[in-house]
Amino acid sequence: MSERPKAEETTLEAGEDFTASRPHLSRAHLLDLLHQMLRIRRFEDRCAELYTYEKIRGFLHLYDGEEAVAAGAMRALGPDDWVVATYREHGHALARGVPMPEIMAEMFGKAEGSSRGRGGSMHIFDRAHNFLGGNAIVGGGLPLAVGIGLAKRMRGEPGLAACFFGEGAAAEGTFHESLNLAALWKLPVLFVCENNQYAMGTALRYSESETAIAKKAESYRVPAAAVDGMDVVAVEAAARSAAHAIRAGGGPQFLEAATYRFRAHSMFDAQLYRDKAEVEQWRAKDPIARLRGWLEESGALHAQDLEEIDSRIEAEVAEAVAFAEAGTWEPVEDLTRFVHSAAARRR
Amino acid sequence: MGEIRMPSLGADMESGRLAEWLVAPGDRIARGDVIAVVETQKGAIEIEAFEGGTVGRLEVAEGQTVPVGAPILSLEEPAAAAAAAAPPPSGAPAPTPEPAPAPAPERVSQPTAAPPAPEGVPQPAVPSPAPAAVEAAPPSRAAERVRASPAARRLAQRFGMDLAALTGSGPEDAVVSADVRRAREAERQAPTPERRAPEAGRARGLDLAEMRKAIAAAMARSKREIPHFYVATQVDLKAAADWLAETNAARPPDERMLMGALFLKATAKALLEHSVFNGTFEDGSARPGDGVHIGTAVAIRGGGLIAPAIHDCDRLSLDALMARMRDLVARVRGGGLRSSELTDPTVTVSSLGDRGVETLFGIIYPPQVALIGFGRVTETVLAVEGAPVVRPAVSISLAADHRVADGHRGGLFLRTLASLLQEPQSL
Amino acid sequence: MSGMRETTYRECLREAIREALQRDPRVFLMGEDVGHYGGCYAVSKGLLAEFGEERIRDTPLSEAGFTGAGIGAAIAGMRPIVEIMTVNFSFLALDQIVNNAATLLHMSGGAFNVPLVIRMATGAGRQLAAQHSHSMEGWYAHIPGLKVLTPATLEDARGMLWTALEDPDPVLIFEHVLLYNRSGTLSPEAGPVEIVKAAVRREGSDVTLLAYGGSLFKALDAAEELAMAAISAEVVDLRVLRPLDTATIAASVAKTRRAVVVDEGWRSGGISAEISTRLMEEVFWELDAPIERVCGVEVPVPYPAHLEQASLPQVPEIVAAAKRTLGR
Repeated sequence: MSERPKAEETTLEAGEDFTASRPHLSRAHLLDLLHQMLRIRRFEDRCAELYTYEKIRGFLHLYDGEEAVAAGAMRALGPDDWVVATYREHGHALARGVPMPEIMAEMFGKAEGSSRGRGGSMHIFDRAHNFLGGNAIVGGGLPLAVGIGLAKRMRGEPGLAACFFGEGAAAEGTFHESLNLAALWKLPVLFVCENNQYAMGTALRYSESETAIAKKAESYRVPAAAVDGMDVVAVEAAARSAAHAIRAGGGPQFLEAATYRFRAHSMFDAQLYRDKAEVEQWRAKDPIARLRGWLEESGALHAQDLEEIDSRIEAEVAEAVAFAEAGTWEPVEDLTRFVHSAAARRR
Repeated sequence: MGEIRMPSLGADMESGRLAEWLVAPGDRIARGDVIAVVETQKGAIEIEAFEGGTVGRLEVAEGQTVPVGAPILSLEEPAAAAAAAAPPPSGAPAPTPEPAPAPAPERVSQPTAAPPAPEGVPQPAVPSPAPAAVEAAPPSRAAERVRASPAARRLAQRFGMDLAALTGSGPEDAVVSADVRRAREAERQAPTPERRAPEAGRARGLDLAEMRKAIAAAMARSKREIPHFYVATQVDLKAAADWLAETNAARPPDERMLMGALFLKATAKALLEHSVFNGTFEDGSARPGDGVHIGTAVAIRGGGLIAPAIHDCDRLSLDALMARMRDLVARVRGGGLRSSELTDPTVTVSSLGDRGVETLFGIIYPPQVALIGFGRVTETVLAVEGAPVVRPAVSISLAADHRVADGHRGGLFLRTLASLLQEPQSL
Repeated sequence: MSGMRETTYRECLREAIREALQRDPRVFLMGEDVGHYGGCYAVSKGLLAEFGEERIRDTPLSEAGFTGAGIGAAIAGMRPIVEIMTVNFSFLALDQIVNNAATLLHMSGGAFNVPLVIRMATGAGRQLAAQHSHSMEGWYAHIPGLKVLTPATLEDARGMLWTALEDPDPVLIFEHVLLYNRSGTLSPEAGPVEIVKAAVRREGSDVTLLAYGGSLFKALDAAEELAMAAISAEVVDLRVLRPLDTATIAASVAKTRRAVVVDEGWRSGGISAEISTRLMEEVFWELDAPIERVCGVEVPVPYPAHLEQASLPQVPEIVAAAKRTLGR
């Protein structure tokens, strides 16, 4: 693989104790959370723009508004942990530490992308960060997380599998099968439900008889907590607490984070299913504005800090775009190279 | 419009008897459709149209024999064809063709047709269709494709065999590869006197008059169509004669090798190198032989001449070749020739040495492209290393078809042949 | 040969699993009723006592859940053998098999391979009616990224599993339900076998019978019957449906010039269609007859014995098809 710019500092390298059961709310830590959320937001804003330029194609599902969930939850994960995410996973990949240039190159479909361009926006994978996608079948990732938890337990390895999914997955059979298996076998799995209220365009009230997802988890004897997904600190606190319990050998934990996506489901969505007032109502809870306001109010955030964060992000995004632009296309002769490992490993 | 003529289905076919019409006036025919069955010396053969159109008039009645090249069917404009849709002539002489009716657009242009042409502007010659006539005409009998498996087709093509002549043993009586192999084997093993009647019959009871007729036809055609050229050279046979003497020293008379075997083998090997002389030329294109099958001209008492093939001469040992020659001569004279021996030589060798001939200028047997002639082996004064010596020598000639080769290549062929004869032990 | 011992297909499978569990601590067996029940077809009987609940892992009736867990565990360093009781239930896990197991290596640009083995019973013949009698192995053979094995012989039942476990990618093993009781002799040295080639089980010269799994023995019986009619049938055991060993298949048919494909699965869009097409592509000019197929009749498999048998390929049909290729 060609050289790429150095990865931006992330949780993994931050030197914090990810195993602590509670967040340590230092100024640096909070600024870091703000930086992470802004980073995701700006990256995706740029993606939306590049989509209109046809640099990015296929489906593009943006995480706009939900950044607090990934940014907060990842604080509770360490290098031995695994992440299984969905097709709306740019935020998780970034927060997990997958280098932004590789993510952008992947979205461009370039060989330098995290999946050599073969996955695109919905299929970011990175073995170095135990980042197992990027799964585009709703509910399809939950059993994988159970399997990773099973392997960890059987191998006696430290770490857990964190599985992110939307509330739409709660209607899938795999949701129930996976919670049952994880609880039955007491596996180290952290289930994180990002309840953004809509399964594509179907509101939760139209799809679930029991709209409190956390209750479903409890019915499988998986300890569950509902958390404000627009509050990054609350998410981090809940995730740390849950992860701590898992690491102590208590089996799986479940978090339901109430959140909202500000943008459309994907780029081609007229949003007929919700009204603008509702969107505005949720925008008022924007996790980024909220953290920034709180920091400003408490005098912890100076204009200079914000400028510095902004310029860092601007540079990183510009670098990622340049890297993606400069990327190369996979040779067509390699079309079938990754169907079997034998060919994939050749050369 | 066009016409279809009695096709030439072989070099020695002069005429054909129209056995059966498979189309009628008014039928639409396409290139490749089978239109008639023609009886020839080789049996009934389906003939196909090489031009499409509407059948106008059948110029020949069933049962009538006409020479190759005679028109047998005329193709017409559809409108004219409809008008000409009369019963085919029956019995001999073909009726004098009536003048085709002039195109009469106003007759077929019904009310919806194009407006009348302005005065003084010639009517375009584009014929209007005559749907009624076409629809009323019986559908032409579609060409029955021989049902044969892919493997059989490929094999038959390789052997140059006619699938239509074979009996199929496969699914739905399809000809399969085993049928082709069996037929090929049968051709080689068993006499099939019924094929190529004038020549393929046993010598006993051969109709020599018929045979002369066939030879005459073939030779006349050869001289008419093939631009012959001739080259000849004299070849020192000392090495060959010495080797023969040595080889034959310990053999009883009836097992002795003759010079003729060396000639044949050397010719076969030379042909391998100069394959342009080994094959056929038909319908404007040359086709290489599927092996070196040398037709060996054998005279028949009473005036006949026949040139059955010894197959794959290049692959036979000298002893095997000698045995085949003896066997062939015996069978020509005593009966039991196989039809394939007559039908598939790829080249002819004629040796008139025992008739005292010094040099021979042959006529090519069509569709072959060459004939190699050997004269008498005589003691000759040759210049060897600057000194005159007496040596056994032979004059070898080549008659070849200028459409496939030229004197230069002929010379190269003779040179190869001559040098092969200098090393008889390697033959 | 001395030392040959009498055994069954079922015991061969069990030995193969036992050997794998002994040789590699990463291997475990997971599925419905594999432990306390002893396996629906008694394949894993006794293994629970020997290896314990961790490695002979009973699962709830959650095909998607435990198949997906097998994929996750394989990615995270284990070598799971997932037993899906029968192919009929595998449809509940189809998403995991097709969308995850088969695609992850490619979608991740080579980052995540899935060294998983999935075993399942397949086929009809036990009067279990439409929902328990499917033969869908040919369907799975449609999917790039999967390997599909159909052991028919004792040697293959004994030997394919270990080789499959060593494969870095997902391998599906289909065991025909009527084979479990099949007995025969096996060399005590029998061990791992290759999983890439078809095998000529009987040599012949007139027609090639192509079969696999449960149909192999019908083809062999048909060949025996054909021999009485002086027809020499060659029988090729496909063994591997994906990737198909086209070379071996084509070589046999090029020799005999005729082929009968036998498949318990349905004809339309089935593996028999694929094989027939490959023969067209490879050996069209060698053929002496149209390729014949003897497939499952296109009906959900019925319950009553006479109808069930009528819906499946049978020896007389194979014999008749072979004769048709010979014009008899």
